[in-house]
Amino acid sequence: MTTLFQQLINGLSLGSIYALLALGYTMVYGIIKLINFAHGDIYMLGAFWGYYTINFWHFNFLFALLSAMIVCAAAGVVIEYFAYRPLRHAPRITALITAIGVSYFLENGMSYLYGADTRDFPQVIKQVNFNFWGVRVSNIQILILATACLLMILLQLIIKKTKMGRAMRAVSVDPDAAELVGINLNRTISFTFALGSSMAGAAGVLIGLYYNSIDPLMGMTPGIKAFVAAVVGGIGSVPGASLGGFLIGLLETAVQSVGLSAYKDAAVYLVLIIILLVLPAGIFGKNVKEKV
Amino acid sequence: MAMLEVKDLAVNYGVINAVKGVSFKINEGEIVSLIGANGAGKTTILKTISGLLKPVSGTVTYEGKEIQKQNAPKIVAAGISQVPEGRHIFPGMTVRENLQMGAFLQNDRMAIAGSFETVYSRFPVLKERLNQDAATLSGGEQQMLAMGRALMSRPKLLLLDEPSMGLAPIFINEIFEIVKAIKDQGTTVLLIEQNAKKALSIADHGYVLASGEVKLTGTGEELLANENVQKAYLGG
Repeated sequence: MTTLFQQLINGLSLGSIYALLALGYTMVYGIIKLINFAHGDIYMLGAFWGYYTINFWHFNFLFALLSAMIVCAAAGVVIEYFAYRPLRHAPRITALITAIGVSYFLENGMSYLYGADTRDFPQVIKQVNFNFWGVRVSNIQILILATACLLMILLQLIIKKTKMGRAMRAVSVDPDAAELVGINLNRTISFTFALGSSMAGAAGVLIGLYYNSIDPLMGMTPGIKAFVAAVVGGIGSVPGASLGGFLIGLLETAVQSVGLSAYKDAAVYLVLIIILLVLPAGIFGKNVKEKV
Repeated sequence: MAMLEVKDLAVNYGVINAVKGVSFKINEGEIVSLIGANGAGKTTILKTISGLLKPVSGTVTYEGKEIQKQNAPKIVAAGISQVPEGRHIFPGMTVRENLQMGAFLQNDRMAIAGSFETVYSRFPVLKERLNQDAATLSGGEQQMLAMGRALMSRPKLLLLDEPSMGLAPIFINEIFEIVKAIKDQGTTVLLIEQNAKKALSIADHGYVLASGEVKLTGTGEELLANENVQKAYLGG
């Protein structure tokens, strides 16, 4: 029983990272139908930004987190502007391949500039472990969970309650109709990239804190897993991405806890295959129906 | 001076020259109908006026200013609102949210509340369904919602693309009644229709389009009485 709760806590912590990342995938897909494979690398940029600002500018956790979110938001907007916008009307596969190119560019660019070595993420918050009836919970885990949940609630409020959020939803269901009511497409798409990338930046700082190690290729595997999470939840669905993230995190820790650590990645991909076979639209995915 | 003047407009749609040098005028307070078969270029013209497509050549002058290079939000802000072909309401949003989207560029809460009231009085059925997902409305109700949404921006010129398409006859009559009422309240209307008879019977002026060119023009009555029009578009 204790083990179960312990794994639950570990799974939720990891899952909230995946959830934050999956949100970016799902939002960008929702609005321009592009799987942004460079999204995992934005998360890497966030982690590196956190590393530098904490080590050299002595930022505290909150500053590092917020500034990483802003910097990553800007990076997302710039990438969209230069790499994806010129391809807006090109076939979808062109943009997809470009996204893979951007991903390689960021990974190798960072390796070239800062070296490919793994670095220790600074312990900006000292780890303290609490013991609840035999279940060990660290303050970092609580912080990750709380930050992730807070950001997800904030995101949901932005999407549901603000004008920009309404514009995002309108563009994602019907870009032409959105333009006809006066929505600026480019501005809305930029905003979506900014929002998604800022979530990835936050996830990067949080993972640095959790695993204590970062490197330029750190975004690859979590990026793909978060993509799986978005598909499991139903790509394009914001609550789906959060749920999918938590599910993938829990699955991974469950597989580890029964002694199959070596297969934890394989298990995630197996889930992807099963979901695509059984429930291709994902848990919250809509089978789009239109009345003509 | 005409409210909207389209002059020598040529537009490509993909690789097709969909519109080849079309000119027409709309005066304030009129209903102008463009009729013609599928593929005559009617929708392309409307999309160009709304700023969704850019012309190869020619001009669109609205209230004395050329607008053919402006983007869609600017054109909505200037007072031209379009009800697109096939309604294009936002599924997954409620009727209220759909209407709210129509007032996207308005910031004055009082004015928006006023627009809601105008739309409710014009389309009482929408008021009954405010919290319903727009996708669950019937075709005729969706058409009304699309028109209501376009009116939420308080347009001076309303562009209607095939409002009767796919509707039951009872709704078709209602829609045309509503178009007339909208005009009577001072909104100028540019109407595109395949239902030529209905479209011409409420029009002050009409233009007959075929393969991207204007073939005939006249008042609604003149065109209705024209032999060629009767043969080609009114079923003899």
